[in-house]
Formats: sequence, C-alpha cells, structure tokens
Amino acid sequence: MTEKVLSKQNLNIFINTLLSRGEEIVGVKKKEGKYAFGKIADAEEVCLDYDITLLPPSMYLLPQREALLKFNIAERPVASPVIEANPFILFGVHPYDIKAIELLDTAFSTDNLDTNYLSRREAATIIGVDCLNPNPNAFCPSMDTAFTDKGYDLLLTDIGDSYVIAIGSERGQALLKGCPDTQEATQVELKRKEEERQKALGQYKVALDTPLEKLPQLLDKSWNSSLWEERSEACLSCGSCVMVCPTCFCFDVQDDIELDLVEGERYRQKDACMLVDFAAVAGGGNFRDDKTSRYRHRMYRKGKYIMERFGKPGCVGCGRCASACLAEIASPAETFNLMRGESK
Amino acid sequence: MTKNLSEGKSLYLPRVAEITSIETIAQKEKLFEFKFQDSKELGHKPGQFVEISIFGIGEMPISISSSPTKKGAFELAVRAVGDVTNALHRLSKGATVGIRGPFGNGFPVDEFTGKDLLFIAGGIGLFPLRSLINYVVDNRKNFGRLIILSGSKTADERMLVNELERWQVMEDVELLETVDIGNEKWGGTIGPVTTLFSQIEIIPQNTFAVTVGPPVMYKFVIGECQKKGIPDERILMSLERRMKCGVGKCGHCQINGVYVCQEGPVFSYARIKKDKLTEAL
Repeated sequence: MTEKVLSKQNLNIFINTLLSRGEEIVGVKKKEGKYAFGKIADAEEVCLDYDITLLPPSMYLLPQREALLKFNIAERPVASPVIEANPFILFGVHPYDIKAIELLDTAFSTDNLDTNYLSRREAATIIGVDCLNPNPNAFCPSMDTAFTDKGYDLLLTDIGDSYVIAIGSERGQALLKGCPDTQEATQVELKRKEEERQKALGQYKVALDTPLEKLPQLLDKSWNSSLWEERSEACLSCGSCVMVCPTCFCFDVQDDIELDLVEGERYRQKDACMLVDFAAVAGGGNFRDDKTSRYRHRMYRKGKYIMERFGKPGCVGCGRCASACLAEIASPAETFNLMRGESK
Repeated sequence: MTKNLSEGKSLYLPRVAEITSIETIAQKEKLFEFKFQDSKELGHKPGQFVEISIFGIGEMPISISSSPTKKGAFELAVRAVGDVTNALHRLSKGATVGIRGPFGNGFPVDEFTGKDLLFIAGGIGLFPLRSLINYVVDNRKNFGRLIILSGSKTADERMLVNELERWQVMEDVELLETVDIGNEKWGGTIGPVTTLFSQIEIIPQNTFAVTVGPPVMYKFVIGECQKKGIPDERILMSLERRMKCGVGKCGHCQINGVYVCQEGPVFSYARIKKDKLTEAL
C-alpha cells in the first residue's frame, strides 16, 4: 500500500475528529517527567516523541486485573462468563510494543483460544509510531523490534513537520478516510523517513553480543552457570521486572465475593514468576523456592522457552525491566552478554 | 487476528456437577463422586485431571480417580490441604461444584496393550493411579501382568483400603504393600516403596512402569526401574504442579519450557532427559 503524509497540525485535527466521533483513544501522556498510556480527552495531551512508557500498552489487552466470571451462590451456584470488549484506539504504540502484542496474540490463540484476550484484541485499533528517541536501557535492534512492517492498523513516522503514515490494514485505511488532509508520500518524504530511522538505530546504547536466533543455544549451555546465583543474589523478589514487561502474560486466578456472600467474581491478575510463591503447591511444596531458580526461569522464558514455543522472542528489548529493577539485575541483554562472555 | 472469535467460548467457565456420594477414606482424605447436571460424561483418559471450583473460594487442579470405564459419574479423591480442598470437604451430598476439563495428556493406555504393567504408588499417588488400575482391571484381557507396589507412611495412613483389598483378592493382580513406619498391627513389609522391588521378578523388555507419588520419591523409583532393566521411555510418571488455568496460559505449572497442563502431567523419563527438564525431578 502507498504511504501517506499528514502534517503535525492536521494530525491533531485528525485525533480531535476521532474524539468528537466518540472514539475512545488510549494514548501516551506526560506524567511527572515520565510517560504513561492513558485515556485521551484532547489531541494536545498526546505525546508521540516519548522514549518509553512506564507500563506497556498491552495492559489494555491483558489488564492487570480482569473479571473472567460472575457468580451467584445464593441457592445453587450459577456462573456466567465475562467477556468485555469495547472498541478503542491504542494510539502511539512503539514497534517493540507492537511486537510484544503480536506475541500475546500468538500465546492466547495457540492451542486454546482465550476469548477474553482475543475479544479485547479484536476491538483494538493499533496506531503505531516509530521510536526515534530510544530509552538508554533499550536494545530493540538486537531483538529485531526496532521497526515493524505489520501488527498495526496505521504506523506513523515523524519526519520533522509531518508524519509519514504506513497503512497496515483495511481498518487503518478506513480510519484514514476520515482524514481528508493526507497526501501521497513523495520519494523525498519516504527518504526522510528512512534517514530518521537510521538515525534512531545509531542511538541505542545496549546491544546483544549473541545473534537473536542463537539465544536458545546459548542458554541451553548455561543452565549450571554460577552467574545465575551471582546475578540473583541482589534480587528483592519484588516482581517489578515482570509487572512492567510487555511480553509477560502469566496470571493468577482468584475469587472475590461481595460482603453479602452471594455475588462475586472470578478474576485473573498479572502474576510474576519472580515472586516467591509462584511455583508453590498446596501442602507446602515450592518448585522454585530460591531466587536463583526464579531468576533463571525468567531469563529462560525471555531467551529460550517462549521462542521455542511460539517462534517469537519472549523479550522485545524495551528495557522497562532494567529501568524498574532496584537491584539493577533485570536486563536480559546484560545477563545474556555475561553468559556469552562466560561460554567463550 | 484471523481466528473467528464469534464461535469462541470462555475457557474459564466451568460445567456444573453435583456431588452424588462422599466416602471418607482417611482423616484428611475423601472420595467424591460427581455427576454433571446435563448428564454428560466427563470423557477422560486415565491420568488426566480437572479443575474443580467452589465459587467464592477458588479453583484447584485435581487428578481424576475413577476409570473412564465407570459410566455416568466420575470420582475425585481429595486430601484437604488448601482453601479449595478444605471447602470441598465441608460440602455434603447434593451440593454442586464447577468442573473444567478433563485436561492433560493422561497415560498412554494404547501403548500398554499386551504389555506387563508395574505400577508404583506412594501415599496419595494412589488416587490418580486408581483411574489407571481400574481401567486395566476392567479391560484385563488387553494387558499382561498387573503388579502394584503401594507404599504408605503408616498402616493407619493406607489409602483406599477397600480398593486395595478388592485388588488383593483378584487372581490376576499382584499387589505388594509396604509402610514406612510399622506398628504392632502391621505384619507386612516395612520400608520405602522401593523396598518392594526386591520382591518382584519382571521381564523388562515387556514392562511399562508407571509411578505416582510425592516428588521426593521419583528419583529413587526411577533408579530401581532402571536396575530392573526397564528402558527410560517405558518409565512413566505423573508430575503434579499447580495447574491454575489448565489451558496452557497462566504459567504456574511450567517445568522448564513445558506446560504440564498441556504436555503432561504424564512424562516418560526418556522425555525428561531428552528435553532437559531439569526442574522435573
């Protein structure tokens, strides 16, 4: 499909037109010197030159807490499924987060269709924006997530006074029809887009020493490395690395009952394999009761298990975990590079 | 997003089942029989599990204790150790619960055809194994010898005593029992379940070994099976983890890269070695 161009000023008009039509837009806003996804009320709030958000946009597809069932236990227990999906636009998603959503799509549609996730996903329109201002902890080029040519409905690239818009779906094309000010992108504008992308690639400060496809092999040899214990020694088992991760999708399931002891809901919430009781079983056993095995498990999911299972890496290199970790041990790139150094 | 979601049902909605009988097995163990309200069969294989719900308390994976040859109802033998299992123990006949499943791979009963079977149970490992034992007993002519080694902590903690006695008197079932700690009432073998291996003779090339018990038991039992000459691909075990969702999503049951609720809970020792499931044993 041909690419379009829209001036920055007209993009704001476009956003406000969508809002006035009643579209729900979730976009990136400034928040106390950081950036966070949130509900947009006016185009002026939208920030598109951010480096990274505190929490990933995937939280709007796999919420931190979500009802699965409503039940009533007054007489005989009755339960009904809760599947919530209201159409909304996820605006300003970086390519690494788009790739993370693609992984969740695969995970929740492989073997058993998770209707809760998939319905919400189907209701979401994704408007991406190229990340031209990478976070210092990010290593997206190593994970092949710095750019993407799919997984979005529209994708914007900032070329100075305007955006080049790539159309990724019919839904995206239809959306753009409501925006009459777009022009066909010229060769010059497309060239500028490429230059901006190249410039961004030069700004990443962290890189993997191992080619992405060799990560499983590297980890295959590293199970007994003493580095796991050394690295995890400082771990606080707080789970922050997991809570900010766009590709972590493990969850806990709990029941909540109203004070009347009649109505209640079963919900799932994000859970973390770095928390002490993640692998605990009834009767007191815990299959990962030390932080070394929990730390190693997380790194194996990032670099091996997920990739072998779903054909996509379990880490997109966004660097959020490294930013969130108080012990400064959470970066998969740093860990894999140490393993690589050791295995040489 | 190419999958058609309009057909999609919730993975997490249980079917309603009624408790049709409750039998006390021991101090903390009961055997529950369930029937689905819609009278449908569970349709399971020996060695599979279900997720049982007590709404307001939670959901819990439990191995199925009855053989699929038992029609119209299924059974779960449950030890009261956590919130859900204790809540279940407080329920009476006629109460309803939620059931999802069956889940998991189950035992490869088709591969067992014509083979001698050596079953090794430790403690309440007998609960899941009972589904397989009764399946074999009910299809007796399809299999070779049936040897059951069962270990309990004490004579008072022998599980499913009626069932053990039923198997004991069957001519074509060889049941050997041991207890870890003997007392004046116990005239049988004393020692861990592995003690019983010296009392049996088998033809290893024609034998499948199946073991279910506490995690600590497995490596000793595997060692004894190997000493008997049983090949690793015919040493099978059920690895129990906290399968919270049962559908390969939540991550709680993972052993290395494997989801126990999908690819397990039954694994051969050969598979554990081949896939480097270092967290398995």
